[in-house]
Amino acid sequence: MVGTSVVADAKSSFGKGQLAATLTVSAKENVAEGVVSLTLTHPSGARLPDWTPGSHIDLVLPEGTTRQYSLCGDRWDAYTYRIAVLREPAGRWGSPRSSEAESGGGSAYVHDRLRPGDRVGVGGPRNHFPLVPSEKYLFIAGGIGITPLLPMVRQAELLGADWQLLYGGRTRSSMAFREELTAAYGERVHVVPQDELGLLDLAAWLGTPRPDTRVYCCGPTPLLAAVEAACAAWPPYALRVERFTAGAQAAPVRDTPFEVELRRTGHTVTVTPDVSVLEAVRRAGADVLSSCEQGTCGTCLTPVLEGQPDHRDSVLADHERAANDCMFPCVSRSCGDRLVLDL
Amino acid sequence: MTEALERAVVPPVSDADPFAHDVLVNPEPLHQALREAGPVVYLSRYDVHALARYEQVHAALVDWQHFESGSGVGLANFRHEKPWRPPSLLLEADPPRHDAPRRVLREILAPPALRRLREAWHTVAEDLVDQLLAGGTDFDGFTALAEAFPLRAFPDAVGLGPDGRENLLPYGNMAFNAFGPRNDLVAADAHRVAELSVWVNAQCEREALTEDGFGAAIWAAADRGDLTHEQAPLVVRSLLTAGVDTTVHGLAACLYAFATHPEEWQRLRERPELARAAFDEAVRWQSPVQTFFRTATTDVTIAGTLIPADTKILMFLGAANRDPDRWHDPDRFDLTRDPSGHVGFGMGLHQCIGQHVARLEAEALLTALARRVERIELTGTPHRHPNNTLRAWASLPVRVQPV
Repeated sequence: MVGTSVVADAKSSFGKGQLAATLTVSAKENVAEGVVSLTLTHPSGARLPDWTPGSHIDLVLPEGTTRQYSLCGDRWDAYTYRIAVLREPAGRWGSPRSSEAESGGGSAYVHDRLRPGDRVGVGGPRNHFPLVPSEKYLFIAGGIGITPLLPMVRQAELLGADWQLLYGGRTRSSMAFREELTAAYGERVHVVPQDELGLLDLAAWLGTPRPDTRVYCCGPTPLLAAVEAACAAWPPYALRVERFTAGAQAAPVRDTPFEVELRRTGHTVTVTPDVSVLEAVRRAGADVLSSCEQGTCGTCLTPVLEGQPDHRDSVLADHERAANDCMFPCVSRSCGDRLVLDL
Repeated sequence: MTEALERAVVPPVSDADPFAHDVLVNPEPLHQALREAGPVVYLSRYDVHALARYEQVHAALVDWQHFESGSGVGLANFRHEKPWRPPSLLLEADPPRHDAPRRVLREILAPPALRRLREAWHTVAEDLVDQLLAGGTDFDGFTALAEAFPLRAFPDAVGLGPDGRENLLPYGNMAFNAFGPRNDLVAADAHRVAELSVWVNAQCEREALTEDGFGAAIWAAADRGDLTHEQAPLVVRSLLTAGVDTTVHGLAACLYAFATHPEEWQRLRERPELARAAFDEAVRWQSPVQTFFRTATTDVTIAGTLIPADTKILMFLGAANRDPDRWHDPDRFDLTRDPSGHVGFGMGLHQCIGQHVARLEAEALLTALARRVERIELTGTPHRHPNNTLRAWASLPVRVQPV
């Protein structure tokens, strides 16, 4: 029967006791020259945490590297995430939120070795690039920077906004989702392969400030710099960019146990990779109130006295993370061997 | 006909009225009957399907894709009926329009942002308790504490001016009645709708708000473009609608719980750090917000029962919070219990955005009381106040034994 769907009873969230986010690669596809998309699902078929356009996840690969990728799928499908990964030589600019500086390792692993059925760790989703309300949008994508903008243009369309997408890339065949975009949105999408048409003509698009328009840009650093320069005369907050944040998430994600000391009760517990900090401290008798257990609601906020948390929640802003004085133990872990909590 | 429909389960039918006065003031018998009847029950009186078991209530709350809020979270279906006021941008909205208001308010009310209030609110609570005890040991705990404390703390935090604050509780009472059917409770509010709405709407304007409160932070977000300036007053309105009565009746639930469970009061006095968890256990046990509706976005099945597209479902949060399949000895108020996962604040995308504010208020008041009061006992019959959505109170006569 068309239009009938079945709600998966009792599979509405990650279950307790599982590492909050181990997902299965359910599909891997070539979507452009040098770009593969991954579809991720929960091993038990559970819903995945909700997200909004502009969100990214941390992808923890089996060989240990962590990279950030924008979600570019359909948020109305609660059971799958989609990301797109550009194969990046070491040291080149790359996908918007990946930090490939060291070796190109993460993307090479995804392209060459990761296969459907493999398990990957996932942190987040978090959103530092939210779509704010506006009647008009100008989206500017460079290369793989199209990924966060993909759900944004869909949303702009849903909201009935007046929008245009300016999409530049090296060559037509390297530009992921190009056909899907032009088929769905026609003249709103302006595809500009550099080998055919040259660089994006930013002066023409951005030369005159338009106070009713929000500009969203994601792509390589030179493009962001050029767009920022072209928008210099625009009103404050008109331009929103997703920055290439190499090293911002440099914290290694441990796959080895660490210790958590509960300062008030005097207990110390070992947290193994298969349990959350929340679960481990509860076993030690600490009372920690929680609710979503997905790092989104903020209920289990716990003061950190010593050590550096590996923040994996969706609540704290960057400066709050850097303070290292609190954490959400339902999903966040430890960067070092030891954490001391005020419990 | 199709396979899905042929397999569909015909749900049990109940002609009970969940919004009758006797049920509103004592809902547990109906909750038990509905839970036992099945995972989905058809309420013939209102032509809606209802969920009373934890598993289905939780699943429906998180599934915004199939169960939308934009058509109203009360009995009225906004697709066919005009809302009594412009719909909330948070409670009565769905993605994508829900995203920006939610994000803005979530950051303003997030635990790290509330730290600056913590000390001030503990002082407010201590002063209130000291003043109260100076005047005697017998009082109405509902008005003297549960109402008085949030009214001292919260409007200041929002940034309201001094005048007209007495309108907040009647406005909230009216808004929460409006989620139910158009019964006598709604009729009783009718003569004040216009006057209270005018006052509340006036408080949401930038000029009416102080420069350091939640309200000003919402307007500042609009200045940054994170919201539109048209959205800002409606987001402030959400604070004023949903942030007062709920907390008042949640705190009253705490006082009632401790007055009737003296051993739990002793436990809290020994370990005041349990205050936050105690509040959540009281919210689980009493469920100050009893019910919300959703609207099916498409034909959808729950436990085999077909919920037709565009029809309402009624979720009994209070019943889910006492489902014996989820909670051990659910009718017991028990501080040794871990109340995590209760649905008293909802769950998912629309989960109460002010829950951290409420917990902070509760922590401040309970900690202050635990320091000064050795025992709390009832001195008369507490009176409930019927409301179509809230498990509300009218009075809570208590005597306390100061330390």
